[in-house]
Amino acid sequence: MIKEFRLPDLGEGLTESEILSWKVAVGDTVTLNQVIAEVETAKAVVELPSPFAGVIRELHEQPGSVVAVGNPIVSFEVPDDAALPPAAAAKGPANGAAATEGAAGTVTAVPEEGATEDAVAASAARGQSAVDAVPAPPKREPNLVGYGAVVESSGRPARRPRIFAPAGSSAADPSPVTPGQAGPAAAKPVESTVERPRSTPPVRKLARDLQVDLAQVAGTGPQGLITREDVQAFVHGAPGETGTPAEHRAAEQQSGEQPGKQPVVQGAGEREFRTPIKGVRKYTAAAMVESAFTAPHVTEFLTVDVTPTMELLGRLKASREFGALRLTPLTLAAKAVLIALRRNPSLNSRWDGAAQEIVTYNYVNLGIAAATPRGLTVPNIKDADRLSLAGLAEALAALTDTARAGRTAPAELSGGTLSITNIGVFGIDAGTPILNPGEAAILALGAVRTAPWEYRGEVALRQVITLSLSFDHRLVDGEQGSRFLADVGAILAEPGMALTMV
Amino acid sequence: MSTDETGQGAAAAPEMAETSPAVAHRLIQLITPAGERVSHPEFDFWVKDVSDEQLCSLFEDMTVIRRIDVEATALQRQGELALWPPLLGQEAAQIGSGRSLRQDDFVFSSYRENGVAYCRGVDLTDLVRVWRGNASSGWNPYAINMATPQIIIGAQTLHATGYAMGIQYDGADAVSVAYFGDGATSEGDVNEAMVFAASFQVPVVFFCTNNHWAISEPVRLQSHIQLADRAAGFGIPSLRVDGNDVLAVMAVTRLALDRARRGGGPTFIEAVSYRMGPHTTADDPTRYRDANELEDWAAKDPISRVAALLERKGLLTADFQQHVRDQADAVAHRMRKGCTTMPDPEPMDVFRHVYSTPNSWLDRQQEHYARYLASFGEPAGAATQEGAR
Repeated sequence: MIKEFRLPDLGEGLTESEILSWKVAVGDTVTLNQVIAEVETAKAVVELPSPFAGVIRELHEQPGSVVAVGNPIVSFEVPDDAALPPAAAAKGPANGAAATEGAAGTVTAVPEEGATEDAVAASAARGQSAVDAVPAPPKREPNLVGYGAVVESSGRPARRPRIFAPAGSSAADPSPVTPGQAGPAAAKPVESTVERPRSTPPVRKLARDLQVDLAQVAGTGPQGLITREDVQAFVHGAPGETGTPAEHRAAEQQSGEQPGKQPVVQGAGEREFRTPIKGVRKYTAAAMVESAFTAPHVTEFLTVDVTPTMELLGRLKASREFGALRLTPLTLAAKAVLIALRRNPSLNSRWDGAAQEIVTYNYVNLGIAAATPRGLTVPNIKDADRLSLAGLAEALAALTDTARAGRTAPAELSGGTLSITNIGVFGIDAGTPILNPGEAAILALGAVRTAPWEYRGEVALRQVITLSLSFDHRLVDGEQGSRFLADVGAILAEPGMALTMV
Repeated sequence: MSTDETGQGAAAAPEMAETSPAVAHRLIQLITPAGERVSHPEFDFWVKDVSDEQLCSLFEDMTVIRRIDVEATALQRQGELALWPPLLGQEAAQIGSGRSLRQDDFVFSSYRENGVAYCRGVDLTDLVRVWRGNASSGWNPYAINMATPQIIIGAQTLHATGYAMGIQYDGADAVSVAYFGDGATSEGDVNEAMVFAASFQVPVVFFCTNNHWAISEPVRLQSHIQLADRAAGFGIPSLRVDGNDVLAVMAVTRLALDRARRGGGPTFIEAVSYRMGPHTTADDPTRYRDANELEDWAAKDPISRVAALLERKGLLTADFQQHVRDQADAVAHRMRKGCTTMPDPEPMDVFRHVYSTPNSWLDRQQEHYARYLASFGEPAGAATQEGAR
């Protein structure tokens, strides 16, 4: 007989666990309570003892997989008097009786014998009868604690769903709904727009199984409660039974459509949207939460007059060497960051909590935050510090093109050491960027604005940008962070300053 | 159920200097961790009747409840129990005290005293019934004179004190025993219970198993004095015993019971032991506990020290060891069988034991619940209903 073992709730209220390793292989013979696997829950790493004595027939899950509680993880071939340990099964009834007597007998440690004899006998008798009283196991599925009882349909009086009759306070509701009459859902549009449709868990399950949107179903129960029959009638399109708008279920509907109610229901759907959290959004959220709650962030701002950089940019674009390249303020800012990093290596480092070490990089994988059709990604340029300005411009152009096309390879997304986010393209001046997890710093470039600015002792219209630098205060002190930001600002304010730094 | 007659030899009882609240506590020990029987001027008296045979049966009981504990832990890992609070390491405290009780004494325990329940003769299936989520009460308390385990920390000390007041009114000489842990001594309930017990001088024994950890909270944070010293503040005499020494635990429990039976009022026992396992099967002690601590206490194991003593006495024969192993296996098997073949309760059973008299509010809930269950329908029933329409 094949016995399946399903993953139980190993803690209190856990929904899943990860299989760390199997201690057995298919074909192995195992004894009862032999450790067969190591499993990690949200609470602890635990060893799974075998629930059966038998032979492993199948391992349903591989190490590393996260398994929902209740899913089968291993199948056993067991003797037909299943689930009994072989040693125990081998023991005869006489042996069992003796054991009972012994156990009860140990209740006493008697300095003076006599008065307690009866008590011992009574205990023994009680123990004996209790053991014998264990009923022969009724035919039942192994009911694993933690994910609900299997409803046994046999041996129980057949129950019929009750038809809800209007009674008491609900008497005012028109129920059941007659053909053509506005049902409770239509009569109370306000309620139905703010609350989910009134029904019961089993009916909601039925609706989900039948892929019925309950918002489309008019309830005939008390106060508009959607009953099992309502859902079934909706599916079968029973004419006149419900006031069913039929657009979404047209394939299953033959008649009985009430298109007049559609706008009300549709209006209900538009007030809020629910989008499953998955993919890039889920990943981004996890990364941001991890970063925000592990690395203590500090953000500093510096506003600089970058007119000389913009003038340089203009000259470069006009030059033969750079004219063909896509040069932007981001290109020059990236170069400034790479130059400033050499003087401030602590910003190009990583906190390795597990090893209790700080990893300082001798290279720069420069991340560039990019808004893509799939959401935010931060691909990085490997060894950006070794690239010439032209090389950097080419790499930046390639990176953004790839990201916008949604073709960024996973390798380009990992291994970044420091990031730049160009919020200026959205017309924004400053912000407090959150670190890409594992990195020590991120620089946000604001928009380049023409603004009145002090220039040579007078107010002049200059091109001004605000730099926002966030850094991990575990790795970088205010001094290093400030020096780095000042260096970047100095280069952008006067590109010639780069000569003093290389 | 052992000391009743012994206790009446009161004239022979030595002076109880150790129990004076004012005296600093020395750990009472009769068997060293190495398995050496050491004599004690006051407490040898209380176990002088313990024969070799009985020493063997103490060893057997401790081994059996350890096996029960291991089996129940496995059952939890196999999804047959929702939760289990292991008692690993605390066998001597439970067996030594549990086997000192008379049948008409009454036990009010925490959730970890499964070894005490075993001593009281609990049916093995009943032992796991609550942990399987099969019933809200595992057994009939009056059948074995032990209340069902209390989950609320320390609340059972109030019940024990109240029961002891009842014994006092009845003029009986039974004793009420409250079992609780080190963490519970910080609870209001326990302190109130001790105030009342002292005020009315009721026959209650406060048996505190100091296993050093209140889940993740070490006892040293809970109390800057020995727990036994806390009793002095209530005017309750206390004893501090090596909780991993089954004989010493038995001796101090017998003394406390004897005092209570003779109208001497409450006694507080601190049994110093160690929780070798997790708080429950849902706990991971490696996150808060030093592994070295575990090693230190493993060397003080309650069972291996008795094994060493039996070895010295030449009692630890292969036959005896085999007998104990068989016994443990048989008990574990019966418990497993009882657990896995336990019939599920009917859904409506949840309403059955709430009130003894009819209650309209509950009736209404019951009716709602019946309707809820009915709304699941049944394949056969659905067809019938279609026909009826």
